Amino acid sequence: MAVYGQTYKAYEGNLTPSWSRFLVIPRYAYQDLFKYTLFVVLFVVCFVPPLIFATIIYMHHNAAALAIFGISGTDIIPINGFFFSVFTGIQTSLAFIFTVIIGPVLISRDLANNGLPLYLCRPFTRFEYILGKASVLMILLSTITWIPGTLLFLFQSYLEGGGWLAKNYWILYAILVVCIAWIVILTLLAMAFSAWIKWRTAASAALFAIFIIPTPIGFAIQGILKSSKGHLLNIGMALHVMTQELFQLRDEISPDDDDYFFSYGEAWMVFLAYAALCFYMLWRKVRAYEVVS
Amino acid sequence: MTPVIELDGLRVTFGKREILHSIKGNLHGRCIGLLGPNGAGKTTLIHSLLGFHPPSAGTARIFGKDIRHQAKEIRTLIGYMPERDAFIANLTCVHFVRLMAELSGLPSEAALERAHEALFYVGLGEARYRQLGSYSLGMKQLAKLAQAIVHGPRLIFLDEPTNGLDPPARTRMLELIREVRDSGKANIVLSSHLLRDVEECCDEILILKDGHIAANCNLEEERRANKQFVEMETRNGTQAFVEAIGKLGCEYAETGFQKLKIVMNDGMGVRDLYKIAVAQNVQIRRLNYKRDSLEDIFLKAMEQ
Repeated sequence: MAVYGQTYKAYEGNLTPSWSRFLVIPRYAYQDLFKYTLFVVLFVVCFVPPLIFATIIYMHHNAAALAIFGISGTDIIPINGFFFSVFTGIQTSLAFIFTVIIGPVLISRDLANNGLPLYLCRPFTRFEYILGKASVLMILLSTITWIPGTLLFLFQSYLEGGGWLAKNYWILYAILVVCIAWIVILTLLAMAFSAWIKWRTAASAALFAIFIIPTPIGFAIQGILKSSKGHLLNIGMALHVMTQELFQLRDEISPDDDDYFFSYGEAWMVFLAYAALCFYMLWRKVRAYEVVS
Repeated sequence: MTPVIELDGLRVTFGKREILHSIKGNLHGRCIGLLGPNGAGKTTLIHSLLGFHPPSAGTARIFGKDIRHQAKEIRTLIGYMPERDAFIANLTCVHFVRLMAELSGLPSEAALERAHEALFYVGLGEARYRQLGSYSLGMKQLAKLAQAIVHGPRLIFLDEPTNGLDPPARTRMLELIREVRDSGKANIVLSSHLLRDVEECCDEILILKDGHIAANCNLEEERRANKQFVEMETRNGTQAFVEAIGKLGCEYAETGFQKLKIVMNDGMGVRDLYKIAVAQNVQIRRLNYKRDSLEDIFLKAMEQ
């Protein structure tokens, strides 16, 4: 085809590799999202905590700076697992806010506008569609969670020197695992709700509810049946247990804590169960056309 | 020659309901019309060929590629214009068509270039930077056509492309379909309720009825083979008039009171009928001269 020739012409050029085509979806999504000033401002705000934490790390290693502010070396926050767990907690909370903003419309818009047949009539599978939509959130949330977390860890290792990295490599492992677990579960929950709930506000409310409602349900089951197994519905608690365990805070803060209603292993089971359920919900809904038998 | 579409006992079921019943046939046409009443299975057939509904038995091949095992390869060769309104939210038309081209595997720059070309081609060049949501129904149909052809497919499925279009828009859509057909670069499958649309564009038709193939014929050959008919209504028509027509050596049938349907022989003209009418003092009140149309073929298929 040519604009002036106006005849139908087949395409004879090169094609992009099949594996990379899912990345087209996040590219278009970001073009749309970053048009909104409010979104850009919120995105920039997400980098304020990493800057503050980087400043603390810097101050920790700069006696002159501490002297200027009149702070003694003993008063300053120690750089340890707890320090990075606080950072991770702040960033994952911001990740949750982003998920509430972006997530509910990820798939619902395509379903509402019958967009799925347009994707799936091309050399583009259902799995690639889900992967493409998931990567919209996963890439964005990565930039505000584990990527700055890793940079902070490397910054501290560089300033501390003397084998600090070798002794504390588990902190990096904890940062990566906790952040990625949060990203995966937030992405899957947001997409599953987006696929099943057309109304944006309701889907956003459902995202909040999934982290709030299981707590009273767990306690109600505990009160009635005298069993703590009701807490196994609580994905928020599962992520909390994983965070405490990985950052080695469980024994430190509360050695005999009865607030933990399940073990680290059970926390992973809850996580995997939620992930599998969300994926199943997505798989059921992401079809070119829904067939009513 | 490899058929464009080869239906090899294709059976599709939704739950316990069988929609397509082991349909078989080879389709070779440049533009294949898919006809049938509502619920005949036209859209299900298209969706099955696109890989949206897996066959419960049998299979089909597009350009020799099996829809069961080579679905992704097939989808690189085809374009699809869905029947219902379908678009991606919050995009301008040119971005929408570009996105579709990129998903078909075109590199970003080539996709943008072809998106512009496709939109000019279908007549949306001036409106290409508008949001799709602001388009009229006719413009949306054209945008759907643009996304179906942007990657230069070898086979284009058009599901009710003239739905909801006003007469000028319909004429434009049919012109575009004929242009693509005549370019020789792509085959078209045109599903429509409108016999006239199919008649104007297609050279082969597949008529479905209750999930079975009711007719599959080459429209051009059928037109050539079909005889010419005259439907006539007379006043004061007598048996002698009917017999005089019979003496011309043509087949005829009385279809009602003073109504005749005559199959014209080669070399026989309407003038001959008038001559007999004058000689027999019979008034011809209505005379309808026509060839066997797609409508006749369709109605015959429906009666089976």
